[in-house]
Amino acid sequence: MNYIPNILFAIALIAGIGYFAKNVKKLIRNIKLGHDVDVSDNKSQRWKNMAMIALGQSKMVRRPIAGFLHVIVYVGFVIINIEVLEIIIDGLFGTHRVFSSIGSLYGVLIGSFEILAALVFISVVIFWLRRNVIKLQRFWKAEMTSWPKNDGNFILYFEMVLMTLFLVMNATDISFQEMNSGNIISQYIAPIFSGLSEGTIHIIERAAWWMHILGVLVFLNYLYFSKHLHILLAFPNTYYGKTRPKGQFDNLEAVTKEVKMMMDPNVDPFAAPPEGAENAVPAKFGASDVQDLSWVSLLNAYTCTECGRCTSECPANQTGKKLSPRKIMMDTRDRLEEVGKNIDANKGEFKPDGKQLLDDYITREELWACTSCNACVEACPVSIDPLSIILDMRRYLVMEQSAAPTELNNMMTNIENNGAPWPYNQMDRLNWKNE
Amino acid sequence: MSELLKVPTMAEFMAQGKQPEVLFWVGCAGSFDDRAKKITKAFVKLLNKSNVEFAVLGTEESCTGDPAKRAGNEFLFQMQAVTNIEVMNAYEVKKIVTACPHCFNTIKNEYPELGGKYEVMHHTQFLKTLLDEGRLTIEGGQFKGKRITFHDPCYLGRANNVYEAPRDLIRKLEAELIEMKNCRRNGLCCGAGGAQMFKEPEKGNKDVNVERTEQALDVKPQIIAAGCPFCNTMMTDGVKAKEKESDVAVMDIAELIANAQDL
Repeated sequence: MNYIPNILFAIALIAGIGYFAKNVKKLIRNIKLGHDVDVSDNKSQRWKNMAMIALGQSKMVRRPIAGFLHVIVYVGFVIINIEVLEIIIDGLFGTHRVFSSIGSLYGVLIGSFEILAALVFISVVIFWLRRNVIKLQRFWKAEMTSWPKNDGNFILYFEMVLMTLFLVMNATDISFQEMNSGNIISQYIAPIFSGLSEGTIHIIERAAWWMHILGVLVFLNYLYFSKHLHILLAFPNTYYGKTRPKGQFDNLEAVTKEVKMMMDPNVDPFAAPPEGAENAVPAKFGASDVQDLSWVSLLNAYTCTECGRCTSECPANQTGKKLSPRKIMMDTRDRLEEVGKNIDANKGEFKPDGKQLLDDYITREELWACTSCNACVEACPVSIDPLSIILDMRRYLVMEQSAAPTELNNMMTNIENNGAPWPYNQMDRLNWKNE
Repeated sequence: MSELLKVPTMAEFMAQGKQPEVLFWVGCAGSFDDRAKKITKAFVKLLNKSNVEFAVLGTEESCTGDPAKRAGNEFLFQMQAVTNIEVMNAYEVKKIVTACPHCFNTIKNEYPELGGKYEVMHHTQFLKTLLDEGRLTIEGGQFKGKRITFHDPCYLGRANNVYEAPRDLIRKLEAELIEMKNCRRNGLCCGAGGAQMFKEPEKGNKDVNVERTEQALDVKPQIIAAGCPFCNTMMTDGVKAKEKESDVAVMDIAELIANAQDL
């Protein structure tokens, strides 16, 4: 027997999965560059969020057209992967359609895959039209430079090709067509090849089979370099997403310690810090670079698929300001990738490169345009929180650099001096009663 | 009329050895802003009418720290928070009502970790409870049949999922409640949040409050109802910018209810 195809298949599979695994390790390492946050609370709510938002696509369908099409592609992706399992077994052991032995159920399965493949193809074509012909505004904002635009289209081409190959593979599989069960769509494609000899048709079938599985492996490895990581990361991201009320911002613990000490009359200000306390003080308040953000923010950045729903709901963006929550996420990921490559190039150590997330990627003008209204957080179909990055960076600007806009400094001076954002005396707070 | 307002302070209650039913957190806008003071008074009239034993902190109240926190000044926020919590805990405050969604959000969500655990209600929630308990009656009066649209404050709506209490109250006025294109969780910000109230906006092609006011004017309301002193200012300015101030009034829900009864 000839084992060469089996061996080639095994090599392709190991290479494909191996390279992907290597990049996943890098991905996890990069995410862990963020500082730690406690996400052990609200377990049941977290599981529920993952089930509803990621698995159940509950926030996708708030925009019905895109939502409906997305559900088709999503269901198609998940279900057609059962077929990939069969392909892997066939490829490794030299079998042909190993699952067909289960009988008539096989026809039902493949039939549903074929219908889904056709629906996915149609949906993806509509997606492409929305991006490139209808030119929906949110796909043409300033941050959608050439790579993000190309990335979005490449993914759609990939899916079109993979679905076509799947259907052609079925259409040219003579024994499968003869079974006449499950070839719901492919029976209409088969006549295209009817003029060809059986040998040629077999070659086309094999070619489609190989290109399909190799395409799947290439696509898998494309994920890491693309916005398309959301198909995997949407699940952890919705699990680790915010469970507290959206208006609740975290209280910086390091600040709490200092404030409590300042307010405590019994504290000896000259006392030596207890052992190990100097490590407890953070090097920095707020965030000027990706390492200062929480790891959940970094996971958010990798999860973002650049759909732009956040930006289209942002009041600042809608009124022509530079702020775009999507750009905040894209910049964070780009910088994180840059830091990751720096670490790779310097034997696991980050060598300062004179750059940071603030100013080199995200400008102050963007940060100060935010109204903290949470529209972006509400809009995100996968629980990304651009607002927490914006707030962390404002904290750096204010607490490390005293670089707030002048009017805000005035406001804060007023609060400090007289307990109100305006220059009114605290002793006059009840005057309204007699006015 | 003002002599009719009964506004006891926590200190006065304590001197008598009593606890009020609820602390009314007035907030900086409610204390100092001329427009917002009218909201404060309208709410007090309703509290007086409903015989609610409430108290204010008066000169012992200080900014919650919300604008400082949203601007990034965590130090100042926590200094304010800890000071306010110390005062309130000394008075053994259990329940707080406020007419400002920013104060509401901060005290409700961000104070507990710092030692301030209270039941916190927005004034629309509180009024709804009074209504449900039969302590407050709402009649339509001059607002009967009027077209009223409600602007969701971000820090009440999206931030804390309170959408229905203010709407229930408007319906009780027998008014025609009409919704803007963007409402409830999709409500568009008025432009004041995140400390924007205290600074000039960044360069753009429009002010956020004008955009939101246009959305409101699109549904042809006679009244734009608000539940936040800052939204109130922003929408009022927006209506002025569109030169519609003679046709459209911006009013807080407490004012609507109080005015309907000629309080």
